[in-house]
Amino acid sequence: MRKPPEPMQIIKQRRDAALTQLADSIPYIKHLGVTFERRGDELTAQLSYRENLIGNPMLPALHGGAVGAFLEIAAQIELAWALHWPAMEAGATGLCAMPKTIDFTIDYLRAGLPRDAYARARVNRSGRRYASVHVEAWQDNKTRVFAQATGHFLMPKVAAEVAVK
Amino acid sequence: MEHKDRKAMIAKQFISAIPHSRDLGMRIDALGDGEATLSIAYDERFIGDPETGVLHGGVVTALLDTAAGAAVVSHADSHGGTATIDLRIDYMRPATPHQRITAHAECYRVTRSVAFVRATAHDEGDGPVATAAAAFTVEGSEDA
Repeated sequence: MRKPPEPMQIIKQRRDAALTQLADSIPYIKHLGVTFERRGDELTAQLSYRENLIGNPMLPALHGGAVGAFLEIAAQIELAWALHWPAMEAGATGLCAMPKTIDFTIDYLRAGLPRDAYARARVNRSGRRYASVHVEAWQDNKTRVFAQATGHFLMPKVAAEVAVK
Repeated sequence: MEHKDRKAMIAKQFISAIPHSRDLGMRIDALGDGEATLSIAYDERFIGDPETGVLHGGVVTALLDTAAGAAVVSHADSHGGTATIDLRIDYMRPATPHQRITAHAECYRVTRSVAFVRATAHDEGDGPVATAAAAFTVEGSEDA
């Protein structure tokens, strides 16, 4: 007889716990004020507005460095999340190995307004050693991307073993 | 006051007024004539890898971006504010925990609309932690 499917609540709890563990393990994510929302395996990063994020007080506009860091965090967590997903679904816990950034190229398309920003990343290529991730950020309208970036990452060794299995 | 010194002073005020730079505790070590040196102290709140205590790449990004922008503002051919058009960072090696990170940026070319900058970040050890190449807007030049 086939095993009955796991109750939805158990699955959700496990996924949310894994995501929390990934994001909360990094102090700078908390310092910058980045949080993640999850729907299935889809993640949305949010940069909650604070005055501390301003780079041009005259406009005012978000700091390019804060926007860049936000994009890098969104890309890195998305990649780690995709990497750990199979093991996590199989019931593994304590997955927190992070990919390391090799390079990161940011396009500043418009000034970041003094309000919340959102970002979604897409893993375009994920190999055993290297990965390429693209990320786009928007504020009020999802179609008006205000910053985007592409980064290359070095895969963590532990995760590479899990992925190969 | 000489024009060059006045420019450096304005640039210094400009950088000191940036809330995000203050939030990260950026210090201006040198500024003027299209070059800027900014640094940041090691801070546990900025850690990106809790196992090793290495700072997050985003902190280095913010430092390099600010240093690059400061270099543009302090350049003789720039008139006023600037904004990043694009920024590429290459991470050479993790920054050593508990060491200060210093970024040096050089604005090596300014056209009527674009300023080109390269920058390098070091910790207290040998060899760069990260390098950057960036393009910035040049403002106020249309009516100059």
